[in-house]
Amino acid sequence: MPLWSLLKVGLLHSRQLGRSKGNKMQELPDVSPLMDKMTEDLKQLLVSRAVQNPVMVGIHTGGAWVAERLHESLGLAEPLGTLDIAFYRDDYDQRGLQPQVRPSSLPFSIDGRHVILVDDVIMSGRTIRAAFNELFDYGRPASITLVTLLSVNGRELPIQPDVCGHELIIQAGERVKLAGPQPLALKQVKVNS
Amino acid sequence: MSTIADQQLQLNSKGQLRHFLNISGLERALLTEILDTADSFVSVGEQAVKKVPLLRGKVVANLFFEASTRTRTTFELAAKRLSADVLNINISTSATSKGESLKDMLQNLEAMACDMFVVRHAQSGAPHFIAEHVCPSIAIINAGDGRHAHPTQAMLDMYTIRRHKGQFEGLNVAIVGDVLHSRVARSEIKALNTLGVNEVRVVAPKTLLPIDVESLGVKVFHTMREGLAGADVVIMLRLQRERMQTALLPSEHEFYQRYGLSRESLRYAEPDALVMHPGPINRGVEIESEVADGAQSVILKQVNYGIAVRMAVLSMAMSGQMAEKNTLQVNR
Amino acid sequence: MGKDVRASKKSLSIIGGRLIDPFNGRDEEVDIHIAGGVILALGAPPLGFEAEHTISAQGLIVCPGFIDLSARLGEPGFEQKGSIASETAAAAKGGVTHLCCPPDSFPVVDSPAVVRLILDRTTQSGQCLVSPIGALTQGLAGEQLSEMAALKEAGCVAVSNAWQPVKNNQVLRRCMEYAATFDFTLFVNAQDASLAAGGCAHEGAVATRLGLAPIPEAAETIAVVTHLLLAEQTGIRLHFSQISSRTSAKLIAEAQLRGLAVTADVAAHQLLLSEENIDHYSSLSHCLPPLRSQADRQGLREAIAAGVVQAICSDHRPHENAAKSRPFAETEPGISSLETILPLSLRLVEEGLLDLPAMVRRLTVGPAEVLGLKSQGLMDGESADLLVFDPEKRWRVDENTLISAGKNTPFLGESMKGAVLATIRKGALVYQA
Repeated sequence: MPLWSLLKVGLLHSRQLGRSKGNKMQELPDVSPLMDKMTEDLKQLLVSRAVQNPVMVGIHTGGAWVAERLHESLGLAEPLGTLDIAFYRDDYDQRGLQPQVRPSSLPFSIDGRHVILVDDVIMSGRTIRAAFNELFDYGRPASITLVTLLSVNGRELPIQPDVCGHELIIQAGERVKLAGPQPLALKQVKVNS
Repeated sequence: MSTIADQQLQLNSKGQLRHFLNISGLERALLTEILDTADSFVSVGEQAVKKVPLLRGKVVANLFFEASTRTRTTFELAAKRLSADVLNINISTSATSKGESLKDMLQNLEAMACDMFVVRHAQSGAPHFIAEHVCPSIAIINAGDGRHAHPTQAMLDMYTIRRHKGQFEGLNVAIVGDVLHSRVARSEIKALNTLGVNEVRVVAPKTLLPIDVESLGVKVFHTMREGLAGADVVIMLRLQRERMQTALLPSEHEFYQRYGLSRESLRYAEPDALVMHPGPINRGVEIESEVADGAQSVILKQVNYGIAVRMAVLSMAMSGQMAEKNTLQVNR
Repeated sequence: MGKDVRASKKSLSIIGGRLIDPFNGRDEEVDIHIAGGVILALGAPPLGFEAEHTISAQGLIVCPGFIDLSARLGEPGFEQKGSIASETAAAAKGGVTHLCCPPDSFPVVDSPAVVRLILDRTTQSGQCLVSPIGALTQGLAGEQLSEMAALKEAGCVAVSNAWQPVKNNQVLRRCMEYAATFDFTLFVNAQDASLAAGGCAHEGAVATRLGLAPIPEAAETIAVVTHLLLAEQTGIRLHFSQISSRTSAKLIAEAQLRGLAVTADVAAHQLLLSEENIDHYSSLSHCLPPLRSQADRQGLREAIAAGVVQAICSDHRPHENAAKSRPFAETEPGISSLETILPLSLRLVEEGLLDLPAMVRRLTVGPAEVLGLKSQGLMDGESADLLVFDPEKRWRVDENTLISAGKNTPFLGESMKGAVLATIRKGALVYQA
C-alpha cells in the first residue's frame, strides 16, 4: 500500500478517536458529494498505482448501485460486473440460505486484470472477504482496489477500503444502509443483534 | 397425526428443513422456498464458474440400494457443484447377504463422519427409519423409497411447471399411467395440492390405481378424453414391462391405445398444455416419439432443472442440520 | 424355577374379594380357601383350616385363570425371542394360567417328539399350563397330512396350519376329514396366500399413502368362506384364530345361525387399534393379521359383545429388538401382549361394550369351550387356577415392567389401567405383584 494512503488512514483513525466522545445520532451525509469525492480519490489512486484499463465489479445490491455511478463517472470502457456473494458467506451454517439471490454477472475475464471492487458499506469485513473468494474462483486478478461509500466501525477482519467516501461511528444495535436505486440515500436503522 | 410427526422429523426446531423424506408434512412456504432457492442455482449452472462453496468440507454419501444411474448422477453432480466431497457407497445385494443389518451398516458409515446420506431403497419407509431411528443428526435425503415417495423428483417437476406456467393457481394437472407403483406420482400429487393447483387428476385403468386413491387428493378418470379435458399439464408415468406379467395389463399395445400420449390424445388437453415425464421414457408405450420431442414437451428441461433443485434441497437440509447442532451446543 | 413353584404350594386363603366365575354364573363377594392344589371351600373355611398364606382381596376381583388361545413362547427354535420360562412367567403376570402355543416353532410341532419337548420344558420351568397346537400338515408345508393321531395322543389340543398356506382346496378338504376323524378342532388363520402375497398392511388409505404392499380384506374373507363351506361338508369343528375384519365376523355369525360348529377369537389389540396406528411407519404396530380399518374394529367389537366371537386372546409374539429395527416391511409382525391382555380387555368394559362378568367370560369360559375343556370353574374340589386383579390400578408399560423377553408393544410408555396382583396355578402362587 502506498505510503500516502497509510498516512491518510492513520489520520482518519485519529479523527475518529477525537470524534467518538459524546456522539449520538449523527447526521448522515448526502451521497452525491461523496460520489464526487470518491471519483476524484479513485482517479488519483489509479494513476499513482499505474493501473490501466481496470474493470469494475459492484457487490449486490447497494455496491452495484454505487458502482453504476462510479463506472459512468470514470468512463470505463468495459461493462460493469456484479457479484452476489450469498453462496460465499461464512454464516451459512448459522443462518442458512437466503433465497433472494440475483446471479453474479462478470462479462469479462478476471485473469490478469486490475479489479475495482465496490460496495456500499463496509462494517465487519466479511462481505468483502466473501467477494474476494468469489472473484478468485473466477480467476486470478492482477490487483484488487477496494472502494466503499461508507466505512463503519466494527471490523472483525483486517480489511480496509482503499477509497472511502465517509467514515462513521455507530452504536451497537445500529446499522447504516444505502437506499436506492433512485435517489441514493443513507439511512440509519436499528436492528436486533 | 402423521403430518405433525412428518413435520417434526423433517424440520429442526426453527422450522428449517433438515431431512427431506417426503412432501407430506411440508408447508407451501417451505416448498416455495425450495423452488426459489433452485432458481438461484439454475443461474449458477449457466455461469462459467458452476461451483459454489456452500458444502465445502462436507461429505455426502450416496446410498443407492436400488440401482439408478440417472438419479444418482444428478445427485452426485449437485453435491459436487456445492463443493461437497461425494462418496458412492457400493451396495450390492452381497452386502446384505453377509448378514449386516441396514442399521449396523449405517451406523458404521456415520462413524466415518458423513454429513449427509442420499438414500434410495426398495422398501417404503426406509429413509424414515434411518432418519428417525438410526442417524437423526445426519441429513437424510430420500432419493426414492419403495412405492412411497420421490420428493426431489416431485420438486423438480414443480419447478418445471412454475418455470413454464408462471404459477400454480388455476392449473389442472393430469397424471397418467401406473400410479399404483409410482412413488413419483404420490409425491407429485401431494406437492401439487400443497402448492395450490386447481385440480389433480389421475388417468389409468383400475388395475393401476391403488385402493382409496381419492384419499390422496385426486379425481379419478379412466379415459384420456375425459382425464385430459382442460388439462394444463400432462405428466406421463413410466410403464414397466413386468406389469404385463402380473395380470395388471393385457399388453403394451392396448395400454398405448387407451392411455398413451399421442398427438391425437394430446389434443384433448389445453392447446398450450405442458408435456412432462419423470423419465426414463418408453417411446411408443406411454408416449409417442413426436410428442416426446414436440413443442409442448419439457422433458429434457426437467433433467436440467433436476440438478438445481437437488442443489437447493441438499444445501437447505445441510444448513438445517448445522443450525440444529449449533442450537444444541449453544444451549449446553 | 420349577422347584420354587412347587415350594410355594402353601395353603392359601383369599379374603374379601369379588368372585366373578362365569363357569358358574357367580358374581359375589366370597372368600376362597385353597390347599393341595384344589379349591377347598368357598365362603367359610373348612373346620380346622388355617391358611399358611392369606391374600387380602378387598375391592379386588377374583376370577378363574385366563385361557389364552394363542401365545408364542420363542422356544423351541427362536430362543432369541423368548423362552418357555420367560414367556410363561409373563403369562402368569398377565393372569393367564393356560395358554395354547401355535405349531410354527422350530422345529414345527408335527411330531410327538416336539410335543413332548415342549411339555417337558414346561414342567421344568413353566409357570402356566401350555397346550401345544399341532401342525395340520408336515412341516406346515401344506401338502402332506401330519400324524394327527400321534399328535393327539401326545397332547395337542387342536391342529392348525398357522399362517402357512395349504396347497389347494382338495388338500384342505382331506386335512379336515382326517382331523375330524380324531375329533380335532381345526384352528384357522384365515388368509388366502395369493391375495395376501407380499403384503404387510391393511389395504386402505394408510397403506396407499405410505406406499406399503397391501393385504386386502378379501384375503381373509375368501379364506373364511372356503373353510366354512368345506367344514360344512366334512363336519369338522372350526375355530377362526384372530380374525381382523367385520365381514369375517358377519360370515361367521351367519354360519353359527345355520348351526355350524364354528367359533372365533380376536386378539385384544385388534379391538383397540386400527390401521392409523401404523402411520409414520410404526413397526411396533406391524402385526398379522394387520390392523384394519376403524369400521372393521367396530365390527369386531360388536361381534365380541354379541358373543359371535366368544374369546379374546393375546396373540402374543415376542421379538428381539433387531426384528423391529428395520424398514417397516422388513420387520417381523407381532406384538408382545401377554401382560396387557387384562388392561386392554378392561378398556372394553370402561367403554361400555361389555360388563365385567362378560369380559371375564371372554377370557375364560369362551376359550375353554373352544378347547372343549370340561372345566367347572372355581368350585370345591376343582383345580385352583385363578387370579386376583385390581381393575383400577395403574401401571406404566415399559422395558422394566414387562417380564416377557419381547418389549415389542405399541403401548410402550403408556399408562395401563388394570393390574394382576396374584396368579395361582394348581394351588401354587406363580405370580404375586
